[in-house]
Amino acid sequence: MKVPSLRDNAIAAALVLCAGFALVFFYAPLDADQGFIQKIFYLHVPLAMCSLAGFVVGGIFGIAHLRTGKSIYDVRSYVSIHLSVIFGVGVLVTGSIWAKASWGKWWVWDEPTLVSFLIVFLLYATYYPLRYAIEDRDRQGRYASVFAITAGAFVPLNFVAVRMAQSLVHPRVFATANGGLPGSMLLTFLVCLAGMALLWIALVRFELAAKAASASLSRLRRAIEGEEYAPPSGSRIAPRLPTSATSPS
Amino acid sequence: MPALPLDEAGKYVAAAYVVFLTLVLVYVAIMAAKVARIQRELSELADLAEKERHPEANPRGADAGAQGNA
Amino acid sequence: MTPGTAAPRRPSTLAALRAILAKDLRVELRTLQSVPAMALFALTTFVLFRYGLDRKSLSGGLAAGVLLATVLFAAILAVNRLFVAERDEGGFDAIRLAPVDGTALLGAKAAALVVYLLLLEAIAVPAFALFFLDTWSGIPPLIGVLLLADVGLAATGVLISSIAANSRARDLLVPLVLLPLLVPVMIAAAGAAQELLAAGGPSYDGVGKWLAVLAFYDMTFAAVGFAVYDYLLED
Repeated sequence: MKVPSLRDNAIAAALVLCAGFALVFFYAPLDADQGFIQKIFYLHVPLAMCSLAGFVVGGIFGIAHLRTGKSIYDVRSYVSIHLSVIFGVGVLVTGSIWAKASWGKWWVWDEPTLVSFLIVFLLYATYYPLRYAIEDRDRQGRYASVFAITAGAFVPLNFVAVRMAQSLVHPRVFATANGGLPGSMLLTFLVCLAGMALLWIALVRFELAAKAASASLSRLRRAIEGEEYAPPSGSRIAPRLPTSATSPS
Repeated sequence: MPALPLDEAGKYVAAAYVVFLTLVLVYVAIMAAKVARIQRELSELADLAEKERHPEANPRGADAGAQGNA
Repeated sequence: MTPGTAAPRRPSTLAALRAILAKDLRVELRTLQSVPAMALFALTTFVLFRYGLDRKSLSGGLAAGVLLATVLFAAILAVNRLFVAERDEGGFDAIRLAPVDGTALLGAKAAALVVYLLLLEAIAVPAFALFFLDTWSGIPPLIGVLLLADVGLAATGVLISSIAANSRARDLLVPLVLLPLLVPVMIAAAGAAQELLAAGGPSYDGVGKWLAVLAFYDMTFAAVGFAVYDYLLED
Protein backbone atom coordinates (compact mmCIF):
# COMPACT_ATOMS: atom_id res chain seq x y z
CA MET A 1 0.00 0.00 0.00
CA LYS A 2 1.52 3.27 -1.05
CA VAL A 3 1.78 5.80 1.75
CA PRO A 4 -0.21 8.92 0.85
CA SER A 5 1.83 12.09 0.48
CA LEU A 6 1.90 14.71 3.20
CA ARG A 7 -0.20 17.01 1.05
CA ASP A 8 -2.92 14.39 0.57
CA ASN A 9 -2.74 13.60 4.26
CA ALA A 10 -3.26 17.23 5.20
CA ILE A 11 -6.13 17.66 2.75
CA ALA A 12 -7.82 14.55 4.10
CA ALA A 13 -7.39 15.81 7.66
CA ALA A 14 -8.92 19.17 6.80
CA LEU A 15 -11.86 17.61 4.96
CA VAL A 16 -12.67 14.98 7.56
CA LEU A 17 -12.32 17.38 10.47
CA CYS A 18 -14.51 19.98 8.78
CA ALA A 19 -17.08 17.31 8.04
CA GLY A 20 -16.89 16.21 11.64
CA PHE A 21 -17.42 19.70 13.03
CA ALA A 22 -20.28 20.27 10.59
CA LEU A 23 -21.90 17.11 11.89
CA VAL A 24 -21.38 18.33 15.45
CA PHE A 25 -23.28 21.54 14.92
CA PHE A 26 -25.80 20.64 12.23
CA TYR A 27 -26.56 16.99 12.68
CA ALA A 28 -25.84 15.62 16.15
CA PRO A 29 -28.85 15.90 18.45
CA LEU A 30 -28.81 17.96 21.60
CA ASP A 31 -27.99 15.99 24.71
CA ALA A 32 -30.90 15.77 27.13
CA ASP A 33 -28.74 16.20 30.22
CA GLN A 34 -26.04 18.67 29.43
CA GLY A 35 -27.53 20.53 26.52
CA PHE A 36 -25.28 22.46 24.24
CA ILE A 37 -22.25 21.99 26.51
CA GLN A 38 -22.04 18.40 25.39
CA LYS A 39 -20.73 19.59 22.02
CA ILE A 40 -17.35 20.12 23.64
CA PHE A 41 -17.16 16.37 24.03
CA TYR A 42 -16.70 15.93 20.28
CA LEU A 43 -13.55 18.03 20.47
CA HIS A 44 -12.17 17.09 23.88
CA VAL A 45 -12.36 13.31 23.70
CA PRO A 46 -10.83 12.88 20.21
CA LEU A 47 -8.01 15.23 21.24
CA ALA A 48 -7.42 13.11 24.32
CA MET A 49 -7.53 9.80 22.52
CA CYS A 50 -5.16 10.96 19.78
CA SER A 51 -2.79 12.44 22.32
CA LEU A 52 -2.68 9.25 24.38
CA ALA A 53 -2.27 7.10 21.29
CA GLY A 54 0.48 9.47 20.19
CA PHE A 55 2.35 8.92 23.45
CA VAL A 56 2.17 5.18 22.98
CA VAL A 57 3.38 5.59 19.38
CA GLY A 58 6.30 7.61 20.78
CA GLY A 59 7.09 4.63 22.98
CA ILE A 60 6.93 2.25 20.03
CA PHE A 61 9.35 4.43 18.07
CA GLY A 62 11.52 4.38 21.18
CA ILE A 63 11.62 0.60 21.03
CA ALA A 64 12.52 0.75 17.35
CA HIS A 65 15.30 3.23 18.10
CA LEU A 66 16.84 1.03 20.75
CA ARG A 67 16.63 -2.09 18.66
CA THR A 68 17.94 -0.68 15.41
CA GLY A 69 20.10 2.20 16.66
CA LYS A 70 18.90 4.36 13.76
CA SER A 71 18.42 7.93 14.86
CA ILE A 72 15.45 8.39 12.50
CA TYR A 73 13.37 6.53 15.07
CA ASP A 74 14.58 8.82 17.81
CA VAL A 75 13.41 11.77 15.73
CA ARG A 76 10.04 10.16 15.12
CA SER A 77 9.69 9.39 18.82
CA TYR A 78 10.57 12.97 19.72
CA VAL A 79 8.12 14.48 17.24
CA SER A 80 5.31 12.09 18.24
CA ILE A 81 5.73 13.06 21.85
CA HIS A 82 6.01 16.73 20.92
CA LEU A 83 2.72 16.77 19.03
CA SER A 84 1.01 14.70 21.70
CA VAL A 85 2.09 17.17 24.38
CA ILE A 86 0.64 20.01 22.30
CA PHE A 87 -2.61 18.08 21.84
CA GLY A 88 -2.43 17.44 25.60
CA VAL A 89 -2.49 21.18 26.29
CA GLY A 90 -5.62 21.30 24.16
CA VAL A 91 -7.15 18.44 26.16
CA LEU A 92 -6.51 20.14 29.47
CA VAL A 93 -7.81 23.54 28.34
CA THR A 94 -10.95 22.19 26.66
CA GLY A 95 -11.53 19.90 29.63
CA SER A 96 -11.25 22.85 31.97
CA ILE A 97 -13.69 24.90 29.89
CA TRP A 98 -16.11 22.00 29.91
CA ALA A 99 -15.70 21.61 33.69
CA LYS A 100 -16.44 25.30 34.20
CA ALA A 101 -19.51 25.08 32.00
CA SER A 102 -20.79 21.91 33.69
CA TRP A 103 -19.84 22.38 37.30
CA GLY A 104 -18.97 26.04 37.61
CA LYS A 105 -15.36 25.31 38.57
CA TRP A 106 -12.33 25.52 36.30
CA TRP A 107 -11.03 22.17 37.51
CA VAL A 108 -12.77 19.08 38.85
CA TRP A 109 -11.24 15.85 40.07
CA ASP A 110 -14.35 13.93 39.11
CA GLU A 111 -13.69 13.18 35.49
CA PRO A 112 -11.05 10.43 35.39
CA THR A 113 -10.07 11.13 31.78
CA LEU A 114 -9.08 14.66 32.70
CA VAL A 115 -7.23 13.68 35.87
CA SER A 116 -5.27 10.86 34.32
CA PHE A 117 -4.45 13.23 31.51
CA LEU A 118 -3.03 15.75 33.93
CA ILE A 119 -0.72 13.07 35.34
CA VAL A 120 0.39 11.89 31.91
CA PHE A 121 0.97 15.48 30.82
CA LEU A 122 3.08 16.18 33.92
CA LEU A 123 5.14 13.10 33.14
CA TYR A 124 5.78 13.91 29.50
CA ALA A 125 6.58 17.51 30.33
CA THR A 126 9.69 16.12 32.04
CA TYR A 127 10.82 14.68 28.70
CA TYR A 128 12.37 18.03 27.76
CA PRO A 129 14.44 18.72 30.91
CA LEU A 130 15.50 15.07 30.73
CA ARG A 131 16.86 15.47 27.20
CA TYR A 132 18.38 18.80 28.08
CA ALA A 133 20.28 17.34 31.02
CA ILE A 134 22.10 14.73 28.95
CA GLU A 135 24.84 16.21 26.86
CA ASP A 136 26.11 13.34 24.78
CA ARG A 137 23.72 13.09 21.84
CA ASP A 138 23.82 9.35 21.42
CA ARG A 139 23.19 8.80 25.07
CA GLN A 140 20.51 11.48 25.01
CA GLY A 141 18.66 9.63 22.26
CA ARG A 142 19.00 6.30 24.00
CA TYR A 143 17.83 7.53 27.38
CA ALA A 144 15.00 9.47 25.79
CA SER A 145 13.88 6.24 24.13
CA VAL A 146 14.00 4.43 27.47
CA PHE A 147 11.86 7.21 28.91
CA ALA A 148 9.45 7.03 25.98
CA ILE A 149 9.05 3.29 26.49
CA THR A 150 8.60 3.57 30.26
CA ALA A 151 6.14 6.41 29.91
CA GLY A 152 4.31 4.61 27.10
CA ALA A 153 3.81 1.61 29.36
CA PHE A 154 2.71 3.96 32.10
CA VAL A 155 -0.13 5.57 30.12
CA PRO A 156 -2.63 2.68 30.10
CA LEU A 157 -1.74 1.64 33.62
CA ASN A 158 -2.30 5.14 34.92
CA PHE A 159 -5.63 5.35 33.13
CA VAL A 160 -6.87 2.19 34.80
CA ALA A 161 -5.66 3.24 38.24
CA VAL A 162 -7.32 6.66 38.06
CA ARG A 163 -10.55 5.19 36.77
CA MET A 164 -10.59 2.71 39.65
CA ALA A 165 -10.04 5.49 42.15
CA GLN A 166 -13.14 7.23 40.88
CA SER A 167 -15.66 7.27 43.66
CA LEU A 168 -19.02 5.90 42.66
CA VAL A 169 -20.78 8.89 44.14
CA HIS A 170 -19.96 11.11 41.20
CA PRO A 171 -20.97 9.32 38.06
CA ARG A 172 -18.59 9.71 35.15
CA VAL A 173 -20.03 12.32 32.92
CA PHE A 174 -18.89 10.73 29.72
CA ALA A 175 -20.20 7.37 30.89
CA THR A 176 -23.10 7.59 28.53
CA ALA A 177 -20.74 8.59 25.77
CA ASN A 178 -18.81 5.38 25.26
CA GLY A 179 -21.51 3.06 26.42
CA GLY A 180 -24.86 4.08 25.11
CA LEU A 181 -24.31 6.74 22.50
CA PRO A 182 -27.23 7.03 20.15
CA GLY A 183 -26.29 6.31 16.54
CA SER A 184 -26.14 9.88 15.31
CA MET A 185 -23.89 10.98 18.15
CA LEU A 186 -21.67 7.96 17.65
CA LEU A 187 -21.26 8.71 13.97
CA THR A 188 -20.37 12.32 14.68
CA PHE A 189 -17.90 11.25 17.32
CA LEU A 190 -16.21 8.74 15.06
CA VAL A 191 -15.85 11.24 12.23
CA CYS A 192 -14.30 13.79 14.60
CA LEU A 193 -11.97 11.11 15.96
CA ALA A 194 -10.88 10.14 12.47
CA GLY A 195 -10.31 13.79 11.55
CA MET A 196 -8.26 14.41 14.69
CA ALA A 197 -6.15 11.33 14.06
CA LEU A 198 -5.49 12.43 10.49
CA LEU A 199 -4.57 15.88 11.81
CA TRP A 200 -2.11 14.41 14.29
CA ILE A 201 -0.49 12.31 11.62
CA ALA A 202 -0.32 15.24 9.20
CA LEU A 203 1.28 17.52 11.79
CA VAL A 204 3.82 14.87 12.76
CA ARG A 205 4.80 14.38 9.13
CA PHE A 206 4.92 18.14 8.66
CA GLU A 207 7.37 18.53 11.52
CA LEU A 208 9.42 15.56 10.33
CA ALA A 209 9.61 17.12 6.87
CA ALA A 210 10.78 20.43 8.33
CA LYS A 211 13.46 18.60 10.30
CA ALA A 212 14.53 16.71 7.20
CA ALA A 213 14.82 19.96 5.27
CA SER A 214 16.90 21.43 8.08
CA ALA A 215 19.22 18.45 8.07
CA SER A 216 19.66 18.55 4.31
CA LEU A 217 20.39 22.24 4.62
CA SER A 218 23.17 21.52 7.08
CA ARG A 219 24.61 18.95 4.72
CA LEU A 220 24.52 21.41 1.87
CA ARG A 221 26.17 24.10 3.92
CA ARG A 222 28.88 21.76 5.01
CA ALA A 223 29.46 20.71 1.41
CA ILE A 224 29.71 24.28 0.21
CA GLU A 225 31.45 26.01 3.07
CA GLY A 226 33.60 23.16 4.19
CA GLU A 227 34.27 21.50 7.48
CA GLU A 228 34.87 24.65 9.48
CA TYR A 229 31.15 25.40 9.33
CA ALA A 230 29.74 25.36 12.82
CA PRO A 231 26.02 24.58 12.94
CA PRO A 232 23.95 27.45 14.30
CA SER A 233 23.00 26.97 17.90
CA GLY A 234 19.84 25.06 17.15
CA SER A 235 17.99 23.22 19.81
CA ARG A 236 20.28 21.19 21.97
CA ILE A 237 17.62 18.66 22.59
CA ALA A 238 15.79 18.22 19.32
CA PRO A 239 17.38 15.17 17.72
CA ARG A 240 18.93 15.83 14.36
CA LEU A 241 18.25 13.62 11.42
CA PRO A 242 21.07 11.43 10.16
CA THR A 243 23.31 13.40 7.83
CA SER A 244 23.97 10.47 5.53
CA ALA A 245 22.05 10.11 2.31
CA THR A 246 19.20 8.16 3.87
CA SER A 247 16.06 10.00 2.98
CA PRO A 248 13.68 10.10 5.92
CA SER A 249 10.40 10.64 4.13
CA MET B 1 -26.61 18.66 35.95
CA PRO B 2 -28.95 21.34 34.69
CA ALA B 3 -28.19 22.41 31.18
CA LEU B 4 -27.01 25.97 30.76
CA PRO B 5 -29.23 28.24 28.65
CA LEU B 6 -28.17 28.17 25.04
CA ASP B 7 -26.57 31.59 24.82
CA GLU B 8 -24.35 30.98 27.86
CA ALA B 9 -23.48 27.45 26.85
CA GLY B 10 -22.70 28.67 23.36
CA LYS B 11 -19.90 30.86 24.68
CA TYR B 12 -18.15 27.97 26.40
CA VAL B 13 -18.46 25.67 23.42
CA ALA B 14 -17.20 28.39 21.12
CA ALA B 15 -14.29 29.07 23.48
CA ALA B 16 -13.28 25.41 23.38
CA TYR B 17 -13.29 25.26 19.60
CA VAL B 18 -11.45 28.57 19.37
CA VAL B 19 -8.75 27.21 21.70
CA PHE B 20 -8.33 24.21 19.42
CA LEU B 21 -8.11 26.37 16.33
CA THR B 22 -5.61 28.70 18.00
CA LEU B 23 -3.36 25.80 19.00
CA VAL B 24 -3.28 24.46 15.47
CA LEU B 25 -2.73 27.88 13.90
CA VAL B 26 0.02 28.86 16.35
CA TYR B 27 1.76 25.59 15.61
CA VAL B 28 1.49 26.20 11.87
CA ALA B 29 2.81 29.74 12.33
CA ILE B 30 5.86 28.51 14.24
CA MET B 31 6.56 25.88 11.62
CA ALA B 32 6.11 28.49 8.91
CA ALA B 33 8.76 30.64 10.57
CA LYS B 34 11.12 27.64 10.59
CA VAL B 35 10.48 26.93 6.95
CA ALA B 36 11.04 30.60 6.09
CA ARG B 37 14.41 30.48 7.80
CA ILE B 38 15.32 27.35 5.86
CA GLN B 39 14.25 29.09 2.66
CA ARG B 40 16.44 32.10 3.46
CA GLU B 41 19.48 29.98 4.18
CA LEU B 42 18.91 27.95 1.04
CA SER B 43 18.91 31.04 -1.13
CA GLU B 44 22.09 32.28 0.60
CA LEU B 45 23.74 28.96 -0.19
CA ALA B 46 22.47 29.08 -3.75
CA ASP B 47 24.17 32.48 -4.08
CA LEU B 48 27.34 31.09 -2.60
CA ALA B 49 27.33 28.08 -4.90
CA GLU B 50 26.72 30.17 -7.97
CA LYS B 51 29.53 32.55 -7.06
CA GLU B 52 31.91 29.66 -6.66
CA ARG B 53 30.96 28.17 -9.99
CA HIS B 54 31.24 31.43 -11.86
CA PRO B 55 33.99 33.41 -10.13
CA GLU B 56 33.81 36.34 -12.59
CA ALA B 57 32.57 39.52 -10.94
CA ASN B 58 28.83 39.19 -10.63
CA PRO B 59 27.45 42.48 -9.32
CA ARG B 60 23.92 41.27 -9.84
CA GLY B 61 24.44 38.27 -7.63
CA ALA B 62 21.58 39.25 -5.37
CA ASP B 63 19.17 39.41 -8.29
CA ALA B 64 20.30 36.05 -9.55
CA GLY B 65 19.45 34.62 -6.17
CA ALA B 66 16.03 36.25 -6.17
CA GLN B 67 15.23 35.08 -9.68
CA GLY B 68 16.23 31.59 -8.74
CA ASN B 69 13.42 31.53 -6.19
CA ALA B 70 10.59 31.94 -8.72
CA MET C 1 37.45 -31.44 31.14
CA THR C 2 41.09 -31.22 30.13
CA PRO C 3 43.32 -31.78 33.13
CA GLY C 4 45.57 -28.89 34.02
CA THR C 5 43.27 -26.13 32.77
CA ALA C 6 40.56 -24.64 34.89
CA ALA C 7 38.22 -22.83 32.53
CA PRO C 8 36.87 -19.79 34.41
CA ARG C 9 33.20 -20.30 34.93
CA ARG C 10 31.01 -17.40 33.79
CA PRO C 11 29.23 -16.25 36.95
CA SER C 12 25.51 -16.66 36.75
CA THR C 13 23.40 -13.52 36.78
CA LEU C 14 21.94 -14.50 40.13
CA ALA C 15 25.39 -14.91 41.67
CA ALA C 16 26.46 -11.55 40.30
CA LEU C 17 23.27 -9.98 41.61
CA ARG C 18 23.90 -11.40 45.06
CA ALA C 19 27.46 -10.16 45.01
CA ILE C 20 26.52 -6.62 44.03
CA LEU C 21 23.68 -6.55 46.53
CA ALA C 22 25.97 -7.77 49.31
CA LYS C 23 28.49 -5.09 48.43
CA ASP C 24 25.87 -2.35 48.50
CA LEU C 25 24.40 -3.46 51.79
CA ARG C 26 27.86 -3.72 53.33
CA VAL C 27 28.69 -0.21 52.16
CA GLU C 28 25.41 1.10 53.51
CA LEU C 29 25.99 -0.58 56.83
CA ARG C 30 29.42 0.94 57.12
CA THR C 31 28.65 4.44 55.88
CA LEU C 32 24.99 4.70 56.93
CA GLN C 33 24.25 7.17 54.14
CA SER C 34 20.71 6.44 53.11
CA VAL C 35 18.62 4.78 55.78
CA PRO C 36 19.22 7.08 58.77
CA ALA C 37 18.61 10.13 56.57
CA MET C 38 15.39 8.63 55.26
CA ALA C 39 14.20 7.76 58.75
CA LEU C 40 14.98 11.18 60.15
CA PHE C 41 13.30 12.81 57.16
CA ALA C 42 10.18 10.72 57.73
CA LEU C 43 9.92 11.54 61.42
CA THR C 44 10.37 15.26 60.84
CA THR C 45 7.81 15.15 58.05
CA PHE C 46 5.31 13.58 60.43
CA VAL C 47 5.78 16.55 62.76
CA LEU C 48 5.32 18.91 59.81
CA PHE C 49 2.07 17.17 58.95
CA ARG C 50 0.88 17.32 62.54
CA TYR C 51 1.12 21.09 62.40
CA GLY C 52 0.31 21.50 58.75
CA LEU C 53 -2.95 19.62 59.06
CA ASP C 54 -3.53 20.71 62.66
CA ARG C 55 -4.43 17.16 63.60
CA LYS C 56 -3.34 15.02 66.50
CA SER C 57 -4.83 11.81 65.27
CA LEU C 58 -5.43 10.49 61.80
CA SER C 59 -7.43 7.69 60.29
CA GLY C 60 -8.71 6.48 56.97
CA GLY C 61 -7.77 8.46 53.87
CA LEU C 62 -5.88 11.19 55.69
CA ALA C 63 -3.69 8.70 57.56
CA ALA C 64 -2.99 6.76 54.37
CA GLY C 65 -2.07 9.95 52.54
CA VAL C 66 0.30 11.26 55.19
CA LEU C 67 2.09 7.95 55.63
CA LEU C 68 2.43 7.15 51.94
CA ALA C 69 3.43 10.63 50.84
CA THR C 70 6.15 10.62 53.49
CA VAL C 71 7.43 7.21 52.42
CA LEU C 72 7.39 8.28 48.77
CA PHE C 73 9.42 11.42 49.41
CA ALA C 74 11.84 9.56 51.66
CA ALA C 75 12.28 7.01 48.89
CA ILE C 76 13.37 9.80 46.55
CA LEU C 77 16.28 10.47 48.89
CA ALA C 78 17.47 6.91 48.52
CA VAL C 79 16.85 6.78 44.77
CA ASN C 80 19.00 9.87 44.31
CA ARG C 81 21.96 8.19 45.93
CA LEU C 82 21.54 4.77 44.38
CA PHE C 83 23.99 5.10 41.54
CA VAL C 84 26.20 7.90 42.73
CA ALA C 85 28.98 5.59 43.86
CA GLU C 86 28.82 3.60 40.63
CA ARG C 87 29.22 6.70 38.55
CA ASP C 88 32.01 8.17 40.66
CA GLU C 89 34.05 5.03 41.13
CA GLY C 90 33.62 3.63 37.64
CA GLY C 91 31.21 0.91 38.66
CA PHE C 92 29.35 1.20 35.35
CA ASP C 93 32.54 0.47 33.44
CA ALA C 94 33.25 -2.51 35.65
CA ILE C 95 29.86 -4.02 34.90
CA ARG C 96 30.25 -3.38 31.20
CA LEU C 97 33.61 -5.16 31.15
CA ALA C 98 32.61 -8.05 33.35
CA PRO C 99 31.09 -11.07 31.58
CA VAL C 100 27.88 -10.52 33.42
CA ASP C 101 24.38 -9.60 32.37
CA GLY C 102 23.56 -5.93 33.02
CA THR C 103 20.35 -7.02 34.65
CA ALA C 104 22.39 -8.23 37.63
CA LEU C 105 23.14 -4.60 38.40
CA LEU C 106 19.52 -3.69 37.85
CA GLY C 107 18.23 -6.43 40.12
CA ALA C 108 20.81 -5.76 42.81
CA LYS C 109 20.08 -2.06 42.96
CA ALA C 110 16.34 -2.67 43.03
CA ALA C 111 16.74 -5.23 45.81
CA ALA C 112 18.93 -2.83 47.77
CA LEU C 113 16.31 -0.12 47.43
CA VAL C 114 13.60 -2.46 48.68
CA VAL C 115 15.78 -3.31 51.68
CA TYR C 116 16.34 0.36 52.47
CA LEU C 117 12.64 1.06 52.18
CA LEU C 118 11.75 -1.85 54.45
CA LEU C 119 14.25 -0.61 57.01
CA LEU C 120 12.79 2.87 56.72
CA GLU C 121 9.28 1.52 57.19
CA ALA C 122 10.37 -0.52 60.19
CA ILE C 123 11.15 2.79 61.87
CA ALA C 124 8.62 5.14 60.30
CA VAL C 125 5.48 3.00 60.54
CA PRO C 126 5.64 2.39 64.31
CA ALA C 127 6.48 6.07 64.76
CA PHE C 128 3.48 6.97 62.63
CA ALA C 129 1.23 4.68 64.64
CA LEU C 130 2.59 6.19 67.83
CA PHE C 131 2.03 9.74 66.69
CA PHE C 132 -1.29 9.48 64.93
CA LEU C 133 -3.13 6.18 65.11
CA ASP C 134 -5.68 5.18 67.70
CA THR C 135 -5.42 1.50 66.96
CA TRP C 136 -2.50 -0.59 65.76
CA SER C 137 -4.64 -3.38 64.37
CA GLY C 138 -4.40 -2.10 60.82
CA ILE C 139 -0.60 -2.27 60.81
CA PRO C 140 0.11 -5.97 60.07
CA PRO C 141 -1.94 -6.09 56.84
CA LEU C 142 -0.49 -2.68 55.94
CA ILE C 143 2.94 -4.29 55.76
CA GLY C 144 1.80 -6.34 52.77
CA VAL C 145 0.59 -3.22 50.99
CA LEU C 146 3.85 -1.43 51.74
CA LEU C 147 5.88 -4.34 50.46
CA LEU C 148 4.13 -4.33 47.09
CA ALA C 149 4.44 -0.55 46.93
CA ASP C 150 8.16 -0.80 47.73
CA VAL C 151 8.74 -3.20 44.85
CA GLY C 152 6.97 -0.78 42.50
CA LEU C 153 9.01 2.11 43.87
CA ALA C 154 12.17 0.12 43.32
CA ALA C 155 11.28 -0.94 39.78
CA THR C 156 10.73 2.59 38.50
CA GLY C 157 13.25 4.16 40.89
CA VAL C 158 16.14 2.11 39.52
CA LEU C 159 15.26 3.00 35.94
CA ILE C 160 15.06 6.72 36.57
CA SER C 161 18.09 6.68 38.82
CA SER C 162 20.16 5.05 36.09
CA ILE C 163 19.09 7.66 33.58
CA ALA C 164 19.71 10.51 35.97
CA ALA C 165 23.08 9.22 37.16
CA ASN C 166 24.62 10.00 33.80
CA SER C 167 23.14 13.43 33.40
CA ARG C 168 23.56 16.88 34.81
CA ALA C 169 21.17 18.15 37.47
CA ARG C 170 20.50 14.58 38.54
CA ASP C 171 19.13 15.62 41.94
CA LEU C 172 16.47 17.61 40.18
CA LEU C 173 15.73 15.06 37.53
CA VAL C 174 14.89 12.17 39.83
CA PRO C 175 12.00 13.76 41.73
CA LEU C 176 10.75 15.49 38.59
CA VAL C 177 10.49 12.38 36.48
CA LEU C 178 9.84 9.79 39.16
CA LEU C 179 6.91 11.37 41.00
CA PRO C 180 4.41 11.32 38.13
CA LEU C 181 5.42 7.72 37.44
CA LEU C 182 4.60 6.86 41.04
CA VAL C 183 1.09 8.27 41.02
CA PRO C 184 -0.53 4.86 40.32
CA VAL C 185 1.42 3.42 43.26
CA MET C 186 0.06 6.19 45.43
CA ILE C 187 -3.48 5.67 44.14
CA ALA C 188 -3.42 1.93 44.76
CA ALA C 189 -1.50 1.92 48.03
CA ALA C 190 -3.59 4.74 49.45
CA GLY C 191 -6.76 3.03 48.28
CA ALA C 192 -5.80 -0.06 50.23
CA ALA C 193 -4.29 1.73 53.24
CA GLN C 194 -7.37 3.91 53.56
CA GLU C 195 -9.44 0.83 54.32
CA LEU C 196 -6.87 -0.72 56.61
CA LEU C 197 -6.45 2.43 58.65
CA ALA C 198 -10.14 3.18 58.94
CA ALA C 199 -11.25 4.76 62.18
CA GLY C 200 -13.20 1.80 63.49
CA GLY C 201 -10.53 -0.77 62.73
CA PRO C 202 -9.31 -2.31 59.51
CA SER C 203 -11.80 -3.14 56.83
CA TYR C 204 -10.87 -5.30 53.87
CA ASP C 205 -13.31 -3.75 51.43
CA GLY C 206 -11.76 -3.70 48.00
CA VAL C 207 -8.21 -4.06 49.33
CA GLY C 208 -7.75 -7.03 47.03
CA LYS C 209 -8.25 -5.03 43.84
CA TRP C 210 -5.71 -2.40 44.93
CA LEU C 211 -3.18 -5.11 45.69
CA ALA C 212 -3.79 -6.47 42.22
CA VAL C 213 -3.12 -3.05 40.70
CA LEU C 214 0.11 -2.77 42.69
CA ALA C 215 1.20 -6.22 41.59
CA PHE C 216 0.45 -5.37 37.98
CA TYR C 217 2.41 -2.13 38.25
CA ASP C 218 5.37 -4.01 39.75
CA MET C 219 5.37 -6.59 36.98
CA THR C 220 5.01 -4.03 34.21
CA PHE C 221 7.93 -1.88 35.25
CA ALA C 222 10.12 -4.80 36.23
CA ALA C 223 9.54 -6.11 32.69
CA VAL C 224 10.32 -2.72 31.14
CA GLY C 225 13.47 -2.53 33.25
CA PHE C 226 14.71 -5.92 32.14
CA ALA C 227 13.96 -5.12 28.53
CA VAL C 228 15.81 -1.81 28.34
CA TYR C 229 18.58 -2.15 30.85
CA ASP C 230 21.36 -3.14 28.52
CA TYR C 231 20.73 0.00 26.50
CA LEU C 232 21.12 2.10 29.60
CA LEU C 233 24.47 0.56 30.40
CA GLU C 234 25.91 1.14 26.95
CA ASP C 235 28.59 3.75 26.89
